Amino acid sequence: MADTYKVEMIRIKKSFGGVEALKSVDFKVKRGEVHALVGENGAGKSTLMKILSGVYQKDSGTVRINGKEVEITDPHKSRELGIGIIYQELVLAPHLTVAENIFIGDMGDKWGLINYKNLYRKADELIKEIGFDFSSKTLVGELSVAYQQVVEIAKALSREADILVLDEPTAVLAPKEVEKLFDILVNLKKRGVSIIYISHRLEEVFKISDTITVLKDGCSINTYSTQNVTKDLIIRDMIGRKLEGLFPGRPRSEGEELLRVENLCMGRKVRNVSFSLKAGEVLGIAGLVGSGRTELARALFGADRKESGRIYLQGKEINISSPEDAVRYGIGFVPESRKEQGIILGLPISQNITLPKIKEVVYALGIINMKKEKDNSYRLMNDLNIKADSPETHVMALSGGNQQKVVLAKWFNADCKVMILDEPTRGVDVGAKYEIYTLINELSKKGIGVIMISSEMAEIIGMCDRTIVMRDGRIQGELGRDELSEEKIMTLAISSIKN
Amino acid sequence: MDNKDVRGATAYVLKGREQINIKKFVLKYNTVIIFFVMVVISNIVSSAFLSKTNVFNLLRQVSGLGIISLGMMLVIITGGIDLSVGSMMAFTSVLSAHLIAKNSMDFYTAAIFTIVTGFFTGTVFGYLVAYRKMAPFVATLAQMTITRGFAFILSKGTPIMVENAMLASIADGYLLGIPVLVYIMAFIFVIVCLVQKYTVFGRMLIAIGSNEEVVRLSGIKVGIYKLLVYSISGAFCAIAGIISTSRTGVGSPVVGSGYELDAIAAVVIGGASITGGKGSAFNSIIGVLVLGMIGNIMNLLNIAAYPQQVIKGIIIILAVLSQGVGSAKNS
Repeated sequence: MADTYKVEMIRIKKSFGGVEALKSVDFKVKRGEVHALVGENGAGKSTLMKILSGVYQKDSGTVRINGKEVEITDPHKSRELGIGIIYQELVLAPHLTVAENIFIGDMGDKWGLINYKNLYRKADELIKEIGFDFSSKTLVGELSVAYQQVVEIAKALSREADILVLDEPTAVLAPKEVEKLFDILVNLKKRGVSIIYISHRLEEVFKISDTITVLKDGCSINTYSTQNVTKDLIIRDMIGRKLEGLFPGRPRSEGEELLRVENLCMGRKVRNVSFSLKAGEVLGIAGLVGSGRTELARALFGADRKESGRIYLQGKEINISSPEDAVRYGIGFVPESRKEQGIILGLPISQNITLPKIKEVVYALGIINMKKEKDNSYRLMNDLNIKADSPETHVMALSGGNQQKVVLAKWFNADCKVMILDEPTRGVDVGAKYEIYTLINELSKKGIGVIMISSEMAEIIGMCDRTIVMRDGRIQGELGRDELSEEKIMTLAISSIKN
Repeated sequence: MDNKDVRGATAYVLKGREQINIKKFVLKYNTVIIFFVMVVISNIVSSAFLSKTNVFNLLRQVSGLGIISLGMMLVIITGGIDLSVGSMMAFTSVLSAHLIAKNSMDFYTAAIFTIVTGFFTGTVFGYLVAYRKMAPFVATLAQMTITRGFAFILSKGTPIMVENAMLASIADGYLLGIPVLVYIMAFIFVIVCLVQKYTVFGRMLIAIGSNEEVVRLSGIKVGIYKLLVYSISGAFCAIAGIISTSRTGVGSPVVGSGYELDAIAAVVIGGASITGGKGSAFNSIIGVLVLGMIGNIMNLLNIAAYPQQVIKGIIIILAVLSQGVGSAKNS
């Protein structure tokens, strides 16, 4: 009677202070299977995995690896047990090369000397094995987020992990790269590696996993064999209600031209881009990672210096050479990485919200009108349904979805005419996603023009009136609402047809 | 689900009151605790410590460092550092003496001129940091050597004697039984406190020190704030320079050596984060007093100066360690 489970976590309990993060979780992973772990933010997925990876210690319960009971006391022990974890927040050293990052902690021989030729060769091999092709001599800091993640995966593989935990691995990957990742995972499965796959993207979960376990409020709700369950059932387990649709309905919009961009150029990432945006329109920008979407947004917002191009707001030409200009003209920007660029973690919600328009809550001499600031914040927290005890709560304490709403609140407060959103629902759970979509619709109803960059096809299709698809810094095509389909977007994103 | 995250974090901080009360207390008040411990020890060791004469002596002694430390604090909050403060003090000490003794300026004009010079000098190097992306360490290091050089040039290498009643009254004067120097330090302290807590300027410094990119992407002109803290530091150094000239009666090019390290030490003992985003005027002044007490007690006990350095270092470590209690685990 062989033990078929590689990992067994039985009746795991974990509390922080007075709060139960894990009430009683049972989680078992077989050898050579891809086991998806789904649940809303705060359900306990990260906590459970951190116990497996030795970052946290369980309060009670049993963990068995290969049938043997173990105490995972620290990350080192976890690695020894063959557990490799790839976090959503990448842990790489930007000033070191790819090879050095992959073999970090294991670079030298017994004398402490490093054979670089060997190192680069082995690293290049690993990268090729994964299906990518970039030099391991590149400095990690120079790579885009997507490629940095590939480095993380190579790192885990180099450690001969046979239990691999991936936390939202595809958040920064484009569809083609996701396919490659799945190929790798299938390969690893054949080798007997067990893969724990945490993701909010249910379409992917259904594509790649053999088993799905749903966590909710610190409990394991159900475990299903993927082929025997539907998406609706999973969503219902996750949030306890059936979502009518993942996207709130959008009425058509027909407004005046609000923004016009002509011949915007910035290096190799933004090449002669022209497009327009109507008032009340939601314009999607699709494309693979690295196609220049974020660079376009940053050039438009003045975050990076554009080389040439003209921007017209309501017919009048405007000059944007810094974020200050953009904000003055009523343009707002919700960046890709909220923790680094969207909010100041150490400050309270209210101070984050009023930041762009701080001048509006002051008396003379720059003295802040604290009461007005607090009132503004209460109002916005209410409007956007930001769940927190008070406006004085530090944003660090909020969940991903709520943090993203604070970033949005910041720009709501600034009364923008144009909102540029870069991956607005990344790392946000299903419930909060719906709320954010509703907010975007509200913006559109008010006549605000929304530019939405997204790598989630479903999101583009569900939310946008028009979509432009970028590739290699150029606009490859434009699709109207009725023309939107995954295949059409993909074709434009990867086509090599020159315009 | 969102509620739970919030509840989780705040509960960890609030609800576990029973277990972590002591830790939180130490964390929040560590500077003041160190201060009181030192006062108690000093009082036990020497009965003269808490006498009016000694207390006033102590306060007068630290007034220059206190003002400089407040300027340093503002710079550190933005994530920068100002290594020039000692040299700036020497330069402005010499300048003020020169203006009064050799250029026959009256006290007030000389003082204003000196402070403006300090402000302007700080602005030059602040510009390099804020708009030329120069590392503050490097820019103010250059400022340190250049201004020290100017101090020597201007004084031709020897201290400039100065006799001016108004000037002397800064150091020796009393108002309502309290030294004038205490008023000056208190005045600047109050202004800095108010600015920190209630103004846009104060808030922007903390925000920029916490995450400059977010502030920039929110449409704020970050550069001007980063520049102004160096200007203010320069002006504060000038005030300290004038105080030094007043207390010693000479404008000396060699004063202030090592003051930058003392100022940084005071600010760090006061709980500021060396990487920016955190700092309190009140605690920085406590830090200054703590440092001042070390020298004061040694004097009262007739102990040589050398052990002072060792004790200073130990206190810095104790302060930072007690600040680390709980906070690293929290994040």
